[in-house]
Amino acid sequence: MLAESLALTAALFIIGVIGVLIHRNAIIIFMCVELMLTAVNLTFVAFSRFYGTAGQVFVVFVMTVSAAEAAVGLAIIISIFRHRQTVDLKNINLLRG
Amino acid sequence: MEPHYSLFYVFHFYLFGVIALASAVTFVTRKSPVAAALWLVNTMFSLAALYVMLDAQFVGVMQVLVYAGAIMVVFLFVVMLLNLGHPSELADARGTGWKLAAGLVGLGLLSEIMVIIRTKLPEKLIVPPDFSEQQLQKLNAVGMIAEPLFRDYLLAFELTSVLLLVAITGAVVLGRGRAAGAR
Repeated sequence: MLAESLALTAALFIIGVIGVLIHRNAIIIFMCVELMLTAVNLTFVAFSRFYGTAGQVFVVFVMTVSAAEAAVGLAIIISIFRHRQTVDLKNINLLRG
Repeated sequence: MEPHYSLFYVFHFYLFGVIALASAVTFVTRKSPVAAALWLVNTMFSLAALYVMLDAQFVGVMQVLVYAGAIMVVFLFVVMLLNLGHPSELADARGTGWKLAAGLVGLGLLSEIMVIIRTKLPEKLIVPPDFSEQQLQKLNAVGMIAEPLFRDYLLAFELTSVLLLVAITGAVVLGRGRAAGAR
């Protein structure tokens, strides 16, 4: 089942990458990042099944980081929305050179 | 190296894998944030099922509680707060050129990952095939994680609390708004 898990991980991660590239809504882009993090978690769990249980500890850390990232990221989105009245990344180009 | 699996196990493994994949594809093609969030929850649930099947019961429970529960509720809460539910206000995906470029980048990454999967791991890293079950018998589902977490990775665990503190502070400062910050 290791090969299948890794293939599923790869597919989910790529779907997340494609979502980040094609979407313009900041919230959906954030959800795509969450999907990528979850896909990586599946790798850790699959490897921990076959190569020792320490991988599951890393899943705990990844979950913590993704929770922190969601909290800060959504706070940033809210404060951007407060300034620009939009979360469409097309309109948020203040730092573009 | 891999133990033999019953047809029942294999069937359900593939079933949840296909559900996760199909939900993820549906998730990424939705334009409405609410629909996308609900499909993502579906993906998270099927991944939780896969975790349980891979002998990671505690991680499966955490997946449901933390990802499908807490994080997705926060996302939906923000969607509600920003009032983004109207179809007319939704941002479209970028033009065809961008979609094609994204697809090509995805294909490139996918082929790279598929190549990496074929590489062999060093012998030192490989444990006996039933190591996971032995640990589960010896320690139970929570102990299997708690044991290394509070021994080998104690420093990382403590640093995680600092990370969470910083994240909470940052979220509060960012969410407080300009009026309060100007004072």
